Amino acid sequence: MKELSEAELKKIDYNCRKATFLIEKQQIANITQTEKMELKIHLAGCSICVTFMQQSAVINQMARKLFDPDSGALKLAKGFKEQLQKQINSQLL
Amino acid sequence: MLITDSGNNTTDNSAVNPHHWVSRYADYLYTYAVLRINDDDLSRDLVQETFLAALEQMQNFKGISTEKTWLTAILKNKIMDVYRSRSKGLVKGVKSINPDGIDTGFFDDDTGHWNDQHRPANMGIEQADAVENKEFQQILTACMNKLPDLWRAVFSMKHIDDESTEMICSELKLSSSNFWVIVHRSKINLRSCLQKNWI
Repeated sequence: MKELSEAELKKIDYNCRKATFLIEKQQIANITQTEKMELKIHLAGCSICVTFMQQSAVINQMARKLFDPDSGALKLAKGFKEQLQKQINSQLL
Repeated sequence: MLITDSGNNTTDNSAVNPHHWVSRYADYLYTYAVLRINDDDLSRDLVQETFLAALEQMQNFKGISTEKTWLTAILKNKIMDVYRSRSKGLVKGVKSINPDGIDTGFFDDDTGHWNDQHRPANMGIEQADAVENKEFQQILTACMNKLPDLWRAVFSMKHIDDESTEMICSELKLSSSNFWVIVHRSKINLRSCLQKNWI
C-alpha cells in the first residue's frame, strides 16, 4: 500500500462526510481495505465522528426493537374487527 | 379446507383456522403495517386484503411456517407494493444528486467537515440502555416519519426487516450507488432530528 501524502492525509482528516458515509456502509456491507484504513485514520482524529458512529449503531438497534409488532400496542377498532371476521366467515361457507 | 391423503401432516392442516384469524392476528398485522407505512387507513385496508388473500391461498399453506408467519408474509408483499408505488417518481429525484454532493448543509462543501449546527453532540444515548426509554422511542418514530417515503422504505427494509441490499435495490428499482446515498442521508437526517428534539 502506498504512503499517503500530507495532502491526502489532510483530506481524510477533514472529510467527515466521507467518514460518515463509510460508517454507514460498513454497518451493512464490506468496505475495502483502503476505505477501512481511511476511516481508522479519520476516527483517530475526529471524536465527533466517533460519537456519530456510536449513535448510529444505537439508532439501528432501537429501530429494530421499536418496530417489532409484538411489542406494539396498536389496536384495531372492535367494530372493524367484528365486520372483518364476519366477512371471513361468509367466505368460508 | 385442505384434505390430504397422507396422515403425516394432519396437524399442519389444523394449524389454519380462519375463524380465529381476526382475534389472534388482526392487531399484530395492523401494527406491523402501520409501523412500516405510517398510514392508519391504508394499513387497515391491507389487513383486510391480507385475510381475503389468505382465504384464497389456503390450499397453498403447507404448515411449514406458522399461521402467523404465513399471514405476515402475505401482508409483507402488499407493503412492498405500497413501497414501490410510493417510490415511483421519487427515484428520479435521487438520481440527480451527486453521491458526494450532499447539499443539505450538514457538511462544509469544501472540506467535508461537520457544519457547526449539525455537529453530533453527546446525547446520552451512546449506551444501548437508552433503547428502553419510551420518550426517546417516540421521538425516533416522529423523526422517521419525517423522512421521504423512499428513504423510510429503504431504512425499514434494511434495518427493521433485515432484507438484503440486492433485494431492496431490485424491489425499489434503485442503483447501488443511490442505495448508499439514501442510507447515508437517512441516518444523518434521523440522527440530527433526534439531537434537535431530545436535548
